[in-house]
Amino acid sequence: MTNKQELPGSFQEIILRLQTYWAAKGCAMMQPYDMEVGAGTFHPATTLRSLGPRPWAAAYVQPSRRPTDGRYGENPNRLQHYYQYQVIIKPSPPDLQALYLGSLEAIGIDMTMHDIRFVEDDWESPTLGAWGLGWEVWCDGMEVSQFTYFQQVGGHDCRPVSGELTYGLERLAMYVLGIDHVMDMPFNAPDAPISLSYGDVFRQTEQEYSRYNFDVADTDMLLRHFEEAETECARILAEPATDPKTGKRIIMAHPAYDQAIKASHIFNLLDARGVISVTERQAYIGRVRALTKMCADAFLETPAGGHAA
Amino acid sequence: MPNLLIELFSEEIPARMQARAADDLKRLVTDGLVAAGLTYASAGAFATPRRLALSVEAVLAESPTIREERKGPRVDAPDKAIEGFLRGAGVSRDDLEVRDDKKGQVYFAIIEKPGRPAADIIAEVLETTIRNFPWPKSMRWGSGTLRWVRPLHSVLCILGDESGATVVPFSIDGIKSGDSTEGHRFMAPARFSVSSFDDYCARLAKAYVILSAQDRADHIWHDATNQAFAQGLEVVEDKSLLAEVAGLVEWPVVLMGDIAEDFMGLPAEVLQTSMREHQKFFSVRNPKTGRIEKFVTVANRETPDHGKTILAGNQKVLFARLSDAKFFWENDLRTPLLDMVAKLANVTFHNKLGTQAERVKRIAALAEEIAPMVGADPALARQAAEVCKADLSSEMVYEFPELQGLMGRYYAQAAGLPQEVANACEAHYAPLGPSDDVPTEPVSVAVALADKIDTLTGFWAIDEKPTGSKDPFALRRAALGVIRLVLENGVRVGLLSLFEQSRHKADSQDLLTFFHDRLKVYLRDKGITHDVIDACLAMPNSDDLALLVKRAEALQAFLKTDDGENLLQGFKRANNIVRQAEEKDGVEYSFGPDPKFAETDEEKALFRALDAAEAEITPAMDAEDFAAAMSAMAALRTPIDAFFEAVQVNTDNQVLRRNRLNLLNRIRQICLSVADLTKIEG
Repeated sequence: MTNKQELPGSFQEIILRLQTYWAAKGCAMMQPYDMEVGAGTFHPATTLRSLGPRPWAAAYVQPSRRPTDGRYGENPNRLQHYYQYQVIIKPSPPDLQALYLGSLEAIGIDMTMHDIRFVEDDWESPTLGAWGLGWEVWCDGMEVSQFTYFQQVGGHDCRPVSGELTYGLERLAMYVLGIDHVMDMPFNAPDAPISLSYGDVFRQTEQEYSRYNFDVADTDMLLRHFEEAETECARILAEPATDPKTGKRIIMAHPAYDQAIKASHIFNLLDARGVISVTERQAYIGRVRALTKMCADAFLETPAGGHAA
Repeated sequence: MPNLLIELFSEEIPARMQARAADDLKRLVTDGLVAAGLTYASAGAFATPRRLALSVEAVLAESPTIREERKGPRVDAPDKAIEGFLRGAGVSRDDLEVRDDKKGQVYFAIIEKPGRPAADIIAEVLETTIRNFPWPKSMRWGSGTLRWVRPLHSVLCILGDESGATVVPFSIDGIKSGDSTEGHRFMAPARFSVSSFDDYCARLAKAYVILSAQDRADHIWHDATNQAFAQGLEVVEDKSLLAEVAGLVEWPVVLMGDIAEDFMGLPAEVLQTSMREHQKFFSVRNPKTGRIEKFVTVANRETPDHGKTILAGNQKVLFARLSDAKFFWENDLRTPLLDMVAKLANVTFHNKLGTQAERVKRIAALAEEIAPMVGADPALARQAAEVCKADLSSEMVYEFPELQGLMGRYYAQAAGLPQEVANACEAHYAPLGPSDDVPTEPVSVAVALADKIDTLTGFWAIDEKPTGSKDPFALRRAALGVIRLVLENGVRVGLLSLFEQSRHKADSQDLLTFFHDRLKVYLRDKGITHDVIDACLAMPNSDDLALLVKRAEALQAFLKTDDGENLLQGFKRANNIVRQAEEKDGVEYSFGPDPKFAETDEEKALFRALDAAEAEITPAMDAEDFAAAMSAMAALRTPIDAFFEAVQVNTDNQVLRRNRLNLLNRIRQICLSVADLTKIEG
């Protein structure tokens, strides 16, 4: 942890350096999940793969959507669409903290000049039926990552325990690059032939989605879609384990989980539209959790979940 | 005798758990050692973010040998019996001694439990301690099954004296004990060995770790106050923040930074809350103006640039945080108070009790009705109640819920509302605890009472009462709040009528019983015993708490006097005789006794005394002068005692007997008019 790195020059360089670093540490470089999710944890590479006994190591960028955080691109650091960098390693290696600190050095944070702190922050996701213990990591008083040892996911004890790292990429990059407003951050190299700022890439979409999320999304349709996703999830899992066509044991944990993800995102949209009351909220969260739980149960019956084939 | 040093080195332990964990480590290990026969001279425990440490001085090198004798069967007992004895005592026939006993020659077994080396005992005790450590929350990691607060990395465990130390061999889930540890995570990460507690402390200090939390806190406070003082400023004291910050660093470095001029307009409480909650910064105040002008942050390391980069980073984060706070503050100030009130219609208070707006409406109506009872202007009380929850829909309170009430006061002030109304916005939440100040301004009192009564009757009406340790809506606190508001302001009001005036259909008697239970707890702390309270609860108007307490205080004082104690005995005697007679005869002796049947002087004197006492007690009771009523009652003591001395109540003459029983009943009636003395113990 002594070799000092040159400072990165753009948002994407920080992402690339994280990719390079974690690839070198042996993680499978996965790609974003192709669905709307609220956080990198929802990616099946984390949620489902943290279940069961089989070792796993993956890292990926995950575009994450939080409809209620939309600010029409005007807030210096609030976005309804942002990037998380996610690392998941099972079982959590004994030197995970050191590995993590190495990744901060890799993106140009000089450990001799900064004050890095691990501050208690227990993580819980009611919709995933998941919790873990860990910290938020502070760099000079700013939260730069979430560091969690998963204890339960989908209502199941994690054995072995996965270590999960989540970096809020925009905030971290703004800090490293010394940027005050996210839209001013260089997305690619500032000296590229066509240099693009974060605002060039995302300001318009932030406006469009803010308007859509808050005022336009069809709530009747969303409510219907929520119910449909819920029904489909249960229906998929109710199918017999043996596929009548191939005669093979194929439990469809992932397709079912897609429906759980869908329900979760629809719930977030409905929340942004302000049509969910405080008491209904808990009920909706409980319904999504029930779906995730069913998918977790099913995943444990699959080979990837450790079921003997 | 050797000294023991233990260190459990882990990933970062939550600050709030460290002190308790150090105490638990000391207790569990030393208790374990003592239980196994290892006594010691002294012990001290320490915690940093990454380690728990325990030093035990002068431990016995081995546990003492224990010799135990056990008496067995007679020498001529059957073999079976002797063999059974040998098995039970765990000895062989050679270990038996023959001794003379009253019954003849008897076998004695001599059982010797040899002492064990300290290291063996320590290893066992430490394993048990680690496996059963009472962390508030613990976790597993990797593929292991061990639980600790965060992953445990190494265990240092050495036993030794001046001539050197040896490792106490021990292993738990793959972690082997050793004699080494690590210094500061960034400033001195290399592992090093230690030979004693002094050596451990010295090497840690060289490796940028201050072992004692108290030393770290002292260091922080000393540096912070010095830096502030040098600029003519003072650090706002915050003991819990100091303890927390001391648990976040092993090598505290105090840095003082500026708060940009833009934020000076924010209320001091907003600055303090934002800095403390989000950043764990101390506020630094200008004692002349009372303004918060700077902050102190505590870093965990020294840097070549003397903290410049760290401070700049912290300042930047603070700038963003305070920009948010300022944005909320300005938005809130731009929002008319009535718009905030209107927004409460969208906020559910409880799904069975409607929205916050509906709640406010109920509180306002009730506050208006309570106002005259507490000397408040009804219109002002209503107005205050109508805006008292406005800040719940402010952006500031959404961000910092702990500022509720306080922001309400600021926003009401800014809206130009009367000062009493603004004050009530903050004060109506009080009192929040048994030692919290009770509001005294009449408008605040009216709203505070209305708010709490509405909450209590509301949750009673939907049958959400506290049970056992569960009180999710803090109803016990609300009831205690009402009790303190009423008593400490001398408010005279029947709670039952207030319950009826509320807009909920609650079981008023049941709620009153709940209040009486809370009152008992409250009065117990003030030295009033439960039987005295019960004696007063049985009297009419027991929902008027001020009256109830006045009576209870007088009765408690009265019972402490000689006259009081003796009168109580006289009353009990009279009461017992009448009650037994009533049970036996199946009638009630409640007729007025006739003085013409009085035979003895003592009987006649009692008649006169009862007349005299009644003449005094009745007006005293009307004036609620319980002390006077009780002292009039005390005058009955001598004639009652004399009566029992001279007169046989249960005579054969049925007319006399009946008259005397009716006379005793008069004693009973007069005494019971003051308080239900049958409830008094002793």
